[in-house]
Amino acid sequence: MAEVYIDSNFIGKVEEPLLFIEQVKAERRVNNLNSELNVRYDKKSDEIHIELNKGRIRRPLIIVENGESKLTLEHLEKLEKKEITWEDLIKQGVIEYIDASEEENCLVAFYHHELTKAHTHLEIAPFVIFSLATSLVPYANFCLATRAHGGSKGQKQAIGFYSANYPLRIDTDVHLLHYPQAPLVKSLMYDIAHEDEHPAGQNVVVAILSYEGYNMDDAIILNKSSVERGLARSTYFRPYVGEELRYSGGLVDQICIPDKDVKGYKSEKDYRFLNEDGIAYIEAEVHPDDVLIGKTSPPRFLSGMDEYTLGSSHRRESSTTVRHGEKGIIDFVVVTENEEGNKFVQVRVRDQRLPEIGDKFSSRHGQKGVVGMIFPQSDMPFSATGIVPDIIFSPHSIPTRMTISHLIELVGGKVSALNGRYIDGTAFDAEPEEALRQELLSLGFRENGTETLYNGLTGQEFKVKIFIGNQYYLKLKHLVANRMQSRATGPIALLTRQPTEGKAKEGGLRLGEMEKDTFVAHGASLLLKERFDSDKTLIPICENCGMIATDDKFKNRQYCSACGENVVISYVEMSYAFKLLLDELKSMTVFPKISLEDQY
Amino acid sequence: MAEFDDLFKKYEGLIPESLLNDVKDHLPAKVKKSDVQKILEKLHIEYELAKIDAGESVGLIAAESMGEPGTQMTLNTKHAGGVSELQVTIGLPRLIEIFDGRKQLVTPSMEIYLSDKNPSPDKVSRIAAKIKETSLNELVKTIEVNVADATIEVDLDKNLLAKYGIRTQAIAKALQKGLKNVNVKVKEDSLFIKLTKEGEELNKLYALKEEAKKTFVSGIKGIKQVLPVKKGDEYVIMTAGSNLKKVLTFEEVDSYKTKCNDIFETLKVLGLEAARQLIIEEAIKVLEDQGINIDIRHIMLATDIMCATGEVKGITRYGIVGEKSSVLARASFETPIKHIIAASERGEIDKLSSVIENVMINQAIPAGTGLPSLRIKSEGAVKK
Repeated sequence: MAEVYIDSNFIGKVEEPLLFIEQVKAERRVNNLNSELNVRYDKKSDEIHIELNKGRIRRPLIIVENGESKLTLEHLEKLEKKEITWEDLIKQGVIEYIDASEEENCLVAFYHHELTKAHTHLEIAPFVIFSLATSLVPYANFCLATRAHGGSKGQKQAIGFYSANYPLRIDTDVHLLHYPQAPLVKSLMYDIAHEDEHPAGQNVVVAILSYEGYNMDDAIILNKSSVERGLARSTYFRPYVGEELRYSGGLVDQICIPDKDVKGYKSEKDYRFLNEDGIAYIEAEVHPDDVLIGKTSPPRFLSGMDEYTLGSSHRRESSTTVRHGEKGIIDFVVVTENEEGNKFVQVRVRDQRLPEIGDKFSSRHGQKGVVGMIFPQSDMPFSATGIVPDIIFSPHSIPTRMTISHLIELVGGKVSALNGRYIDGTAFDAEPEEALRQELLSLGFRENGTETLYNGLTGQEFKVKIFIGNQYYLKLKHLVANRMQSRATGPIALLTRQPTEGKAKEGGLRLGEMEKDTFVAHGASLLLKERFDSDKTLIPICENCGMIATDDKFKNRQYCSACGENVVISYVEMSYAFKLLLDELKSMTVFPKISLEDQY
Repeated sequence: MAEFDDLFKKYEGLIPESLLNDVKDHLPAKVKKSDVQKILEKLHIEYELAKIDAGESVGLIAAESMGEPGTQMTLNTKHAGGVSELQVTIGLPRLIEIFDGRKQLVTPSMEIYLSDKNPSPDKVSRIAAKIKETSLNELVKTIEVNVADATIEVDLDKNLLAKYGIRTQAIAKALQKGLKNVNVKVKEDSLFIKLTKEGEELNKLYALKEEAKKTFVSGIKGIKQVLPVKKGDEYVIMTAGSNLKKVLTFEEVDSYKTKCNDIFETLKVLGLEAARQLIIEEAIKVLEDQGINIDIRHIMLATDIMCATGEVKGITRYGIVGEKSSVLARASFETPIKHIIAASERGEIDKLSSVIENVMINQAIPAGTGLPSLRIKSEGAVKK
């Protein structure tokens, strides 16, 4: 007697559990029961669980009966002629969705030819066990799961042709690859997802060798001439916004070229790109802090006197400027009205990004690395036929990661490029490596993909044959140009008077606790003090009470608010943060006093 | 070498005695006095150069020297490698345990050396069995409740008794002592335990049986596990659990070499110097196990600071850090509010004499180049 539960609620008992679930499944397949129902018999606890809950992950499988797949050639022909659809297959009981729980009672065949009487289901295709992004990894069954996973992560970060209507769109933080190509070695998923309509990489010639030490630790070397021909060139778009906000009292922002008497007026030079409407003109070459949308705002506080003052408007400057450290060309301007009915201006700035040292690249196998050097073509290695690699990849990245798929793709790419046909690299169903090798041999190349290469710097022949071929490479969106920052002096935080933090605020780089310790360990006492001088201040101290005194330079008067005029007041140099600490202690009724004595 | 005595005398106090003796021992047979003079002069210069400079931040360098390799240590405590059956805390957790001055160790253990330097393996295991904390349960064949007579019948295992060297009488005595309100009778290899109070219900008897099973009958309390191993050509009994005081009273034990890994127990039994030595040895053992090689002086410095007050204090906010004289230094370490409130209540004065405080107020730290200051004799100064 097995207990039966529906969505974990007990509903009764059945005598023959196995017969029962077979009946339930049969009913489901003829649409007498909900097709979203899944059933499972657990032998150990002698319980039948019927699930109708939401939130179960289910996957489609072809139903198998008596070792025969229910999906027949007839079905496939009809599907091709579009006489039936996927939904029809489900209704006809050819395909059903199985959840993780029901899968426990199933035996699923991977390939059609593996089917036996014991099997209950057949995979639609072996590669459906992968996600969409992972299916894009060619020869994924020839590398570790971790690498295939890394490869699919790379796909998501790759710069590509994300949308065909990009000129009319305002997206935040997008990149666009200039000459995107469909991969030579592709998988079935590329056709299913129409990846050739929006590719995200380029086919390049890759040589696997260590070259002058510039590609150690996963770095890659780029061919400068390839870069100049447009390899991995991309454009970065950043939209800037300006809105005419409404304030209480009927006051409103104004998008215009600010008057010179506006509070916080920058300089004429900063407004030079603005048209009469206060918006910079298209194709203007803008630099950091240039105004894109000129705007003035009403004064923050209205005092009675302001209404009587003549002339000056007292409006504040609140323009939108190009971000610090960024440049570009104004690409597109939208003037519209937003939900609140305010005038709303968007200005899109475009900036061309050539690959440079530090930009991140990846193959489709989780083999990511940054550019370590860009060599002129004359310094790159070359083959007897004059082939010069676009990218030099380090052989040390291979053994520990065991990305065999990476190597097979290289051979496949080479065959593809030489023979002018695409190579199918679908996981589990790919063109076999042996066939690729034979094809390469028949094309007059070494079957293992190696060639004699010559050192580009010396002209000498390399003593070993170099593995070289074609591969699909992705330019990832992490570009140095977006990350690089430096600062000598700059903005400081109001509270602590220490430098701000972070690139957006043009911040300083913190000399942290452990870095401080290295100075102490070297005994570099005065250097340490100098490094922490960013917030040093001179504080007048009353020598009588030890509290902070007042030095009124206007009236030339020195006094202590506690002890009066007749006291000695000395200036002491300390960090402003410490003065703040003392103030905070005072606010907690702790009374810190500084007693002074001669330093020497 | 008597002819150079006056020369050596001159360098006494300038060069440590051990170094001078080294030179004496290694002088060649025929050597000129001027050469000896040269050697000693050179040695003196080298010795002076080897000294740490005034103002060198030895503590920080020691901390960095231990801390940096510490980041590479495995956090894995379990699976010591399967060589010994005893599980001992190793790696970072043990190092933290040592320097924190923890009183309750995760795995206390002992290394017991034997006074008999060439014992038979049989004897070693006999001693080990004698030391191990044994409860009644481990020595019995059967233990049953006789419902009719309201007694517990214990059938002892003869072989085990022989192995552990315990007499039946001794067990009876231990039981009499360990259990309350009972009467224990001996009959050959069997014991009969009866409650003294008449008319007790059966439940009590079953409870008593469980209690009797756990009763400590022989060995040393605290020694949970023993494992005789051969170290070099010597037998050592490794234990889980420790009881240094009791173990040292055993005749069979070499009381000079036997040690336990519990610092506070060592401190109590053998004193501060032994505890200090133990901290150094244990710390080095942990680091070397992890393949980390750091200079012993760094560990000695940390250990000396821990032991400086006459008792062992951990490097924690409750230990030596809590005893820093500077309020700001303590506040910057942990629990600042507690320290600031306490300082304001007592009216503490911070002399700003160490590193952290001076970093906080942005003054030159009194270490390295910031240490020396200038003192001048002001001849014209007015006498007060």
